[in-house]
Amino acid sequence: MNDLVAKGVHAWFGDRLVLEDVNLEFAHGTVTALIGPSGCGKSTFIRTLNRMHEFVPSAKFAGEVLLGGNDIYASGEDVTRIRLGIGMVFQKPNPFPAMTIRENVLAGPKLARLKVDDKATLVEKSLQQAGLWNEVKDRLDDPALGLSGGQQQRLCIARSLAVNPKVLLMDEPCSALDPASTLRVEETIDEIKHEVTVVIVTHNMQQAARVSDYTAFFLAELGEPGRMIEYGETKQIFSNPRDNRTERYVTGQFG
Amino acid sequence: MATVVPTRPWRATPQVLATEAAGLAVALVLMLLTLRFTGFSGPLAAALLFIVYATAISAGLEGRRRGLRAAQDAFVRALLITATVVVLLPLVSIMWTVIDNGRAALRPNFFTQDLTSASATGPVDQGGAAQAIVGSIELVGFATLIAMPLGILSALYLTEIRGRLSGAIRFLTQAMAGVPSVVAGLFVYSAWVLGPGKGFSGFAGALALAILMLPTVARTAEEVLKLVPEHLREAGLALGGTQWRTVATIVLPTARSGLITAGILGVARIAGETAPLILTVFGAVAINTSMFNGPMSALPLYVFNELKLGLDMAYARAWTGALVLMVLVLVLFAFARWLGGRKTR
Repeated sequence: MNDLVAKGVHAWFGDRLVLEDVNLEFAHGTVTALIGPSGCGKSTFIRTLNRMHEFVPSAKFAGEVLLGGNDIYASGEDVTRIRLGIGMVFQKPNPFPAMTIRENVLAGPKLARLKVDDKATLVEKSLQQAGLWNEVKDRLDDPALGLSGGQQQRLCIARSLAVNPKVLLMDEPCSALDPASTLRVEETIDEIKHEVTVVIVTHNMQQAARVSDYTAFFLAELGEPGRMIEYGETKQIFSNPRDNRTERYVTGQFG
Repeated sequence: MATVVPTRPWRATPQVLATEAAGLAVALVLMLLTLRFTGFSGPLAAALLFIVYATAISAGLEGRRRGLRAAQDAFVRALLITATVVVLLPLVSIMWTVIDNGRAALRPNFFTQDLTSASATGPVDQGGAAQAIVGSIELVGFATLIAMPLGILSALYLTEIRGRLSGAIRFLTQAMAGVPSVVAGLFVYSAWVLGPGKGFSGFAGALALAILMLPTVARTAEEVLKLVPEHLREAGLALGGTQWRTVATIVLPTARSGLITAGILGVARIAGETAPLILTVFGAVAINTSMFNGPMSALPLYVFNELKLGLDMAYARAWTGALVLMVLVLVLFAFARWLGGRKTR
């Protein structure tokens, strides 16, 4: 069953088309990596999947994104409800500075005014999932900014998981982290993928090969909008790509 | 293994400090000599000569020790120290004058009694400014209650909603900041005191003060809210918060201490205002705790009225009024800072 389906997704900034006709399906319990050189539209694409794209004032969009069969761009949809179902982890760790570690994990339910019966359990479960529990269980009431960068990013993952999303979008979650923290985040992805469908944008091809089941290769040729060039099982993309641009990219000849 | 002694090698050594002190002493001597043997005289000339000599000597010493760039560094440092002292001097001087002159009439009765039973020519241990202190606290408090929410809301409109009226609102706030305070007083006088307000009242005064406070709060709050990183708003929205929930639970708490600063600047703007109060609360000798009923007093008004009397005792009371006003503002600031620092662990 497919949790999330993108159909004919186009994106513009002003009059400039930056993403053309992307069709992708994300199956339940899988990890999909979006790879490609800078400026190929993969970040723009991931931001169309939870309607964060529209925060750029000049942004425009065409296409459909189906979550559980419903188009999230349909006029009657409540955008905040959609984002509850599709969490997002950003490139830079962004815990809320005015909050403690515990408050950060509970920020989602608080923002969405969800009732939480057992806050302690939710905090522990989310931090366990993000692989952070053992490091912070004795200082849940410390400010979140006291954590290291890698811990902050895992806190942000815990914060996203606390609202129990169906899909988790990760926009280069490890690009600001050291190798050890990167490894922890990858372990986290492995652990949560049975419950949450993960879409991850990454510049690190080894990471894509390590964590993902499927890989989509994006490319924007000079003066052209970004397009999805090839999609397939990660093994196939890295060992036996059909398109020679994909082959040149994954073997490090450009990008 | 030998014990390692912790040191601070980047600190100036005693020799260097001694040389610097000697340099300052030489500058002092040179200054005295110049005053003695040339036409220079007076404290201003003395200060100027000392600054010039000390700067030159300090730059020369550093230059001999560490070269030209160090000399330039020492020169600029001396200029900066001079500038700091020049800025601090008037402040310290004002505070000292107020404290010195205000001491005379500073008695317990100044805080507990009003002027209903004491005459202006009477001794300073009779009567007081209780009516003015109560009035000032009420006026400033009420004005803050009006201006803070309005100011923060208009700042939120500018930074969060970024609506079509942003340009106009920003321009109007700027223009409002330039309105002379007496005009604000006249406006409230004609629009409220002569109209629906039916006469002078504390509320009219608070309205006038709020008009003056609003632009300060709005502008500062806008700057502070702009400093909240965009990615925090995105994180809030991506977690399923509405814009309003994101502002309330993330943006405002993040900017909290800055917003309190905005309030402090606003209070500083209005606490000493006199002109608009003459036209709105008028002044009184008895305590009037009601904001909506009849004239009341305030510390700036009290100072103004006492000064107008032109009597020694009244002068003493005026100075004490100024001192109490200064301390009151200081206490308010300390309280606001404490409020702001409490949760930012």
